[in-house]
Amino acid sequence: MKIVIIDYGAGNIQSIKFAFQRLGYEAILSSDADVIMAADKVIFPGVGEASSAMKKLRESKLDLIIPKLKQPVLGICLGMQLMCHSSEEGATEGLGIFDVDVVKFSNKVKVPQIGWNQITNLKSDLFNNIKEKEHIYLVHSFYAPICEETIAEAEYGLGYSAALKKDNFYGTQFHPEKSSEVGEKILKNFIDSATS
Amino acid sequence: MLTKRIIPCLDIKNGRTVKGINFVDLRDAGDPVELAEIYAKSGADELVFLDISATEEGRRTLADLVLRVAEKVNIPFTVGGGISSVKDVDILLHNGADKVSINSSAVKNPQLINDLVAKFGSQCIVVAIDAKQIDGEWKVHLVGGKVPTELNLFTWAKEVEKRGAGEILFTSMNHDGTKDGFANEALAKLSTELNIPIIASGGAGTMQHFTDTFVEGKADAALAASVFHFKEIEIKDLKEELKRNNIPVRL
Repeated sequence: MKIVIIDYGAGNIQSIKFAFQRLGYEAILSSDADVIMAADKVIFPGVGEASSAMKKLRESKLDLIIPKLKQPVLGICLGMQLMCHSSEEGATEGLGIFDVDVVKFSNKVKVPQIGWNQITNLKSDLFNNIKEKEHIYLVHSFYAPICEETIAEAEYGLGYSAALKKDNFYGTQFHPEKSSEVGEKILKNFIDSATS
Repeated sequence: MLTKRIIPCLDIKNGRTVKGINFVDLRDAGDPVELAEIYAKSGADELVFLDISATEEGRRTLADLVLRVAEKVNIPFTVGGGISSVKDVDILLHNGADKVSINSSAVKNPQLINDLVAKFGSQCIVVAIDAKQIDGEWKVHLVGGKVPTELNLFTWAKEVEKRGAGEILFTSMNHDGTKDGFANEALAKLSTELNIPIIASGGAGTMQHFTDTFVEGKADAALAASVFHFKEIEIKDLKEELKRNNIPVRL
């Protein structure tokens, strides 16, 4: 099993690497298109600001590679947001894998949302053996509204997408690598997901 | 629903956990990585490591400790203490810290908040504020609460938010170490006037104090050290008690 974490200078990649290590898998960090394309599973991490992360991705030309990947790809947090059509943050054009526009939470709630929230309406193999209303850890100011590709929902002033899926592409707004045992099960489900 | 967070704080000196009573008289309470793993398993929502090492060597030990914690712990953690540059933060985040907290360095150079937010994002920048109520007014203090300033807590907190910090960790010097409860009046004012999460710190003694700080203090999270380190309060019992009081928690 070859797990590659895309290293483009945006993301807490060490934590993801360690999370796989705790599950008994060694994940490789790489920015090399050939290494990424040859992987069995690809992790697309991301924290920080959308437009600068997207700029880094473009500079490395990985924006052209990621949408063409055929193996299971998991975008985490900002990684998931960059896989969407666009983000309101820095008026960023995304990779367009998920057909949804990322927008900012209203100031009726505290922004950023930081902490443990519950996931509901769980669909897809990513949530095998995960109960409704389990808690996962999130830190974010922008969100993807509920859409056709939503496979998990969370509630913060309004309902929004906690996870998305289209074909071989998965995205979680939450951090599975920081979501205790629940997060570890989700990462394991991703590892066990179909290869194409 | 977003839950209220319980955050044990581990004071670190030269790679060991210590806890000061009113920030002096340090007591040793064990190995940080081991303690962190125990807390993660016992239901802590997050951890804070506060480095009080004054030396360069102590600081290098911290970067190494962060890496060891990230390897073992599956919940988020924040690292603070003596951080004063973009480079300091880069090393800690690179080694696996989820957030960093800055304190005195932000007061001395507020632009540091903007610089860190621009480079790493709001979500990982916590500004810690130590304040003491003197003649009715809350004054910000520096260097672990030792040095008073003329800055008003609420004025400073609003500036911190405006500069892009993702969260505020407020420690009341009047309450810290007393075990008489959190500074709920000041906390409620912060939580109402600002629109970023507020972590309450200083004064935890009983489970009721936590309920009070979430209800009266409107805090988003509560941080404590010795009540957890010396097992005066078990996190699981605390969360069950909070749930009975209709406070949303992760159980």
